[in-house]
Amino acid sequence: MSKLIKFNIDGQECMAEEGRYIVDAAKDNGVYIPTLCNIPGLKPKGSCRMCTVKVNGRLMTSCTTPVSDGMEIENHIEEIENYRKMIVELMFVSGNHFCPSCEKSGSCDLQALAYRYQMMVPRFPYTFSQKDVDGSSPLIIKDQNRCIMCKRCIRAIIDNEGRSFFTFKNRGIKLEVIMDKEMGQRMNEAEAEKAMEICPVGAILKKEKGYDVPIGQRKFDMKPIGSEIEN
Amino acid sequence: MKERIIEIIHKYHADKTRLMDIMLDIQDECQYIPEECLDILSKELVLSIADIEQTISFYHFFSQKPRGKYQVYINQSAVAYMMGQSDIIEAFEDELGITLGSVTEDGAIGIFGTADIGMNDQEPAILINKRVFTQMTPYRVRQLIDDMKAGKDVKDMAVKAPGSGKNSDPLIDAMVHSNIFRIGPLLANDYKPFDYLKDNLSKIKAESIVEELKKSNLRGRGGAGFPTGLKWDFCRKSSGHDKYVICNADEGEPGTFKDRVILTEMPELVFEGMAIAGYTIDAHYGILYLRYEYKYLETYLNDLLNRMREEHLLGENIAGISGFNFDIRIQFGAGAYVCGEESALIESMLGKRGEPRDKPPFPVEQGYLDQPTAVNNVETFAAVVKILTKGADWFKKLGTADSAGTKVLSISGDCQFPGIYEVEWGITIQDMLDMVGAKKTQAVQVGGPSGTLIGPEDFQRSICYTDLSTGGSMIIFNRDRNLLKDVVRNFMEFFIDESCGSCSTCRIMPAVMLDKLDKILHGKGVKQDIRDLEEWGTVLKASRCGLGQTAGNPIVMSIKNFRHLYNQLLNRDELKYNGFNLEEAIQESCQVVGREPVIDHGHLKNGRERPECKANGTHKPECPDLSGHKDFEHRATNL
Repeated sequence: MSKLIKFNIDGQECMAEEGRYIVDAAKDNGVYIPTLCNIPGLKPKGSCRMCTVKVNGRLMTSCTTPVSDGMEIENHIEEIENYRKMIVELMFVSGNHFCPSCEKSGSCDLQALAYRYQMMVPRFPYTFSQKDVDGSSPLIIKDQNRCIMCKRCIRAIIDNEGRSFFTFKNRGIKLEVIMDKEMGQRMNEAEAEKAMEICPVGAILKKEKGYDVPIGQRKFDMKPIGSEIEN
Repeated sequence: MKERIIEIIHKYHADKTRLMDIMLDIQDECQYIPEECLDILSKELVLSIADIEQTISFYHFFSQKPRGKYQVYINQSAVAYMMGQSDIIEAFEDELGITLGSVTEDGAIGIFGTADIGMNDQEPAILINKRVFTQMTPYRVRQLIDDMKAGKDVKDMAVKAPGSGKNSDPLIDAMVHSNIFRIGPLLANDYKPFDYLKDNLSKIKAESIVEELKKSNLRGRGGAGFPTGLKWDFCRKSSGHDKYVICNADEGEPGTFKDRVILTEMPELVFEGMAIAGYTIDAHYGILYLRYEYKYLETYLNDLLNRMREEHLLGENIAGISGFNFDIRIQFGAGAYVCGEESALIESMLGKRGEPRDKPPFPVEQGYLDQPTAVNNVETFAAVVKILTKGADWFKKLGTADSAGTKVLSISGDCQFPGIYEVEWGITIQDMLDMVGAKKTQAVQVGGPSGTLIGPEDFQRSICYTDLSTGGSMIIFNRDRNLLKDVVRNFMEFFIDESCGSCSTCRIMPAVMLDKLDKILHGKGVKQDIRDLEEWGTVLKASRCGLGQTAGNPIVMSIKNFRHLYNQLLNRDELKYNGFNLEEAIQESCQVVGREPVIDHGHLKNGRERPECKANGTHKPECPDLSGHKDFEHRATNL
């Protein structure tokens, strides 16, 4: 076991193993830092920017920054929480998110965070962007309208030869996640199941499966996001 | 064709990290990347097709569709437009009968826009099949089109004039001008190529080079200003089975072109600096990452590298120093501004999307192929050679206390003599303006679009790391320019096009801000819109790299320093402003569906009686036929 070090978050004394990412170290100490793109066990990417905190006065993503001794972290402060709310709102306006008709409603991280940040209506104008639905795979539907480009599927759904089923295409505002046509055809049950599960929103859905758990009894219907960590 | 593609792949040992080179070669062969190549690439390199498309679609000089036998890229920078690029585009469109972004029916000529090509001092400029044509006029456009229609080689086209300086060297043979108007210690011709490498390097220890650089206070010349001695020291002390030296010649910041001039006029200085870096950090490989726009320098630079190999200045036991093995290759980009960020540049060199990495780890710890890597700007390497030759004390006497040495500035825009000026750090903006013959100056963009836009009240400020820091781009605007419409808007579009899209903030926010700016430019803005822009822009600070963090700067900085320009555009009658007009708002959809709506004011706006609305949808279109209208077609295809 590596060395234990001390750091603090919003004045609260914390301890963690040296080198642990801030987001995990915070969790061990009962502090919730919201994330969207992070998946435990995979190399972090820092693409959603939700977990941004201030480390010794500088903005850093807590999923990619390891804790070090004496680190001063600001998490639940007005400036940071405002950025996070803006990021959630940006994701809503850049895609086409219709929660009431989405299979993921109630177990969607983005929706849960919008509730946490009490988003009534985004402060930014909607972009009403035109996006595609790809149903070419026999097992899944990939709906670009709901995708938040977190890169989870790109990083996690890999075949035996290390190739990704999903990749990015284009750049900037035109960025989208695409599925390799040929690999999408031979995706197996387990891969499809995992793809749907790791998608934080409803952009990847398994075909012929829906509403197993009724709305109202889903993950975030029962307990708000973050409540499992916060005391 | 299949054999040829496989040949190309094997030229790079079927190494997927060389995907950029492989695709550049394929594109040279086929003029684009055909569908059937993807299968071959996928099998030979063990990559999914989507993975290959991910790299292709990131770089704007790669294309999966034919872009013509002659590919004309027209510079879209703000300065190009100031110097008359609109007329050039119009001439191309009129003569060819196609619009920007398309190819003639016979597949011969394609015209496309591209971000700043590093020719701001000789605009309007264009690229045709990697060859640069500067100082264009509509007359010259017609000459070029005649030549293209006659099937001439780009080298034999009528529009041809010898470039100045080494641009007239037969290996370059470009109509580009070096436009050096002020020479300082760095550009001075008091240096004999490779003397330091040949005579002195064997006498000095790597530690002493680091110490000398630290003592000199040399800071990175690309813009970020990280101390070079410290960077090399970190890299030297990092462990890895290989180490790499990378020279960043991506030079994508609009308005900068000094690296092009340094690489044209004194490439020896840069390569010598890279070799010294190799010796210092114990690297065996050096790579010059050169932007695709400067591909016309390829033969010339490779020729120099070959001569260096012949003279044992590259290769094994260089300069008689046993165990000092070092070689340099050139890696081309394919059109992506963000690759100027050092970790994005490394990703690009690995054949991937140029997406910046999260730090830590820094490239000095884990860079190219996960090995310790020192990435420095062209000008930094050049400065190293001069510092080691003349001493840190000599260097420190130049410039100011916190910014030692000189800076090579690329100055363009509204001035008498746009070009390259080497100045000591600390010069004021006003002195700079007087030096280049700028009159009636309204504003200066310091450090390119990601920098800051300042007005006359700031002209006494000085250029240095602690005041107005810059990687070298200086763009001058006189009082006749419409700053918000022609400059700020152009810069915002640039950032939107060039974002890698990885961070949610930089992917979405600049486009949201541009919409708001357009609202103001259309005379519909209210005071709250300016407050919104100021507040919204703050979230960009949470982006990963410098591009994202500064992507709102054109708007944020112009609000800060030119608020009156925004105020002039605001809807003065704010209280009475009834923000919404139904009839105006539905104009666009009316055009698309080809029907006029029924608005229950008793009668239509033209005074006619309201026709009966037929529920079965046989209602006749009442709108004019707009199918040939440019704007209409553009919007229709977006639907």
